[in-house]
Amino acid sequence: MNGVIGYADAEFRIALRNRWILILTVTMALFALVLTLAGSGPTGTLGADQLSVTVASLTGLAVYLVPLMALLVSFDAVAGEVERGTLALTLAYPVSRWSVLLGKFMAHVGILALALLVGYGVAAVTAFALDEGAGRGLVALGRLYWSSVLLGAGFVGLGYLASGLSRRPATAAGLVIGLWLVAIVLYDLGLLAAIVADDGGTFTERLFPWLLIGNPADAFRLFNLAASEATAAASGVAGAANAIMPAQALASILVWPLFAFGLAAWRFRRVVP
Amino acid sequence: MLRAGRARKDPEMDNLVLENVCKNFGGFAALRNVSFTVGAGQKVALLGHNGAGKTTLMKAILGLQPADSGRIAVMGAAPGSLRARRQVACLPENVAFHSALTGREQIRLYLRLRGQPVKLADELLERVGLGPAANRRIGTYSKGMRQKVGLAQALIGSPRLMILDEPTSGLDPVSRREFYAILDELAGQGTAILLSSHALTEVEARTDRIVILSRGQVVADDTLAGLRAAAGLPTRIQVAARPGAADEVARALQAGRRNGVMVDLTCSPEDKLERLREITALGAKVRDLDVVPPSLDDIYEHFSRRAEE
Repeated sequence: MNGVIGYADAEFRIALRNRWILILTVTMALFALVLTLAGSGPTGTLGADQLSVTVASLTGLAVYLVPLMALLVSFDAVAGEVERGTLALTLAYPVSRWSVLLGKFMAHVGILALALLVGYGVAAVTAFALDEGAGRGLVALGRLYWSSVLLGAGFVGLGYLASGLSRRPATAAGLVIGLWLVAIVLYDLGLLAAIVADDGGTFTERLFPWLLIGNPADAFRLFNLAASEATAAASGVAGAANAIMPAQALASILVWPLFAFGLAAWRFRRVVP
Repeated sequence: MLRAGRARKDPEMDNLVLENVCKNFGGFAALRNVSFTVGAGQKVALLGHNGAGKTTLMKAILGLQPADSGRIAVMGAAPGSLRARRQVACLPENVAFHSALTGREQIRLYLRLRGQPVKLADELLERVGLGPAANRRIGTYSKGMRQKVGLAQALIGSPRLMILDEPTSGLDPVSRREFYAILDELAGQGTAILLSSHALTEVEARTDRIVILSRGQVVADDTLAGLRAAAGLPTRIQVAARPGAADEVARALQAGRRNGVMVDLTCSPEDKLERLREITALGAKVRDLDVVPPSLDDIYEHFSRRAEE
């Protein structure tokens, strides 16, 4: 328990001073502002309130930015300490390895939650300024917020795994950028190519939905779009979203942080400082 | 192998016991039958060239990289066990703390890891001379100051055994003296201290015993005086003669003349007094003399080279 509190405190301070997190938080806030202002036109025609439309736009943004933030805050966690020699020191203390990793996890997920609060908060304040009926979208925004934190937690765990597999932080950084490209960009392209090639066969019918929710980023997108009809309408992907139960997408979002942290902890046990 | 002439007591009472410790890295023998003990209140220096096995041995004692065979007991417990880790503090070689944290924040982390109140941080930093820098980020510290942060964390919770890997590297002479003063204080309270260095000159009179490791083997384990006697290296005597008398002095002493006034001679430690009597007997012909005992580096060279032959 001492390790958890000690590392949560120290890593939170380090993350607060991390330039990457600052840059990405500002980016997120700026995007939220722009998306809210740009989305203020079509609200009348769609019949949706301002905030619901913003949430639909933010969902698309979060799929890219949240995993990136999570990976950038986590890639140094193990490899950095190995290289600096502090891991050997920490492991000579009477603390367990999992408590060290859990402390870091709490700090890193905490800083993500804080950054997202700033970003989404800017969007909410702007939406309320433009539309008095924005309150109807608050449930969707809240759902987007906690699912974003869970998405981030999953990728923080994956970042630790990549960090534990590398001897040097530079290798870990390369690994997480590759992971981000594959999970967020190439995975969807690959699935799309497979669907086109399959032309409505068993792959599209049976395998595709599971492959889609198996990826935490896709599960996150589906969950947020399917859970709110207004946002689904606004984003025009209701078809894909309806093919999969939101409950299964939710399960994927919930399981990924535990699964990723478990994998990272398993790998961390084998790291020789 | 040399043994310290220290009163033997129950070896299980020693804070650190090493018996025939071996470690291989893919056929390369990093440690070969290493055996020695460090008792309560003892300061023992572990010397060796780069690659002699010092860091490997320390990692084995801390349980970070288990030995292949042999026995290690830390306060009677297995290395790396929770009981051992509660009583051991260490300072690894070249440890670099996170540059974004302040000295105080860094020490607070380590206090928490030992379950100690975080308010002790300032006291610890004060003790190693970092009081005024406690609020500054470690990124702005000099190398010596970072080393002091490492020392401060090793002092937490009065450990029974301290393992320090090249702790004085990067410290200026004043800081080094302060560092050894803190170690003396700890040893006075019964802490066993094992510190490594690659130079005998750095540890000289500051430790009770010196263990020399060469190619993974213990080649000497004794006090400095004991090592000096066992090495049996010749003492050099430099005699300054009156101008013009150098040849005469050299002849009388059966020694070589270096220049117009200096005469060099070497002798075994036992013959030293006899030679000095001969020199003083020459009276006014001799203006001055210097007795140069074998240097610490000479002694260290002697033992580490002997093992390689």
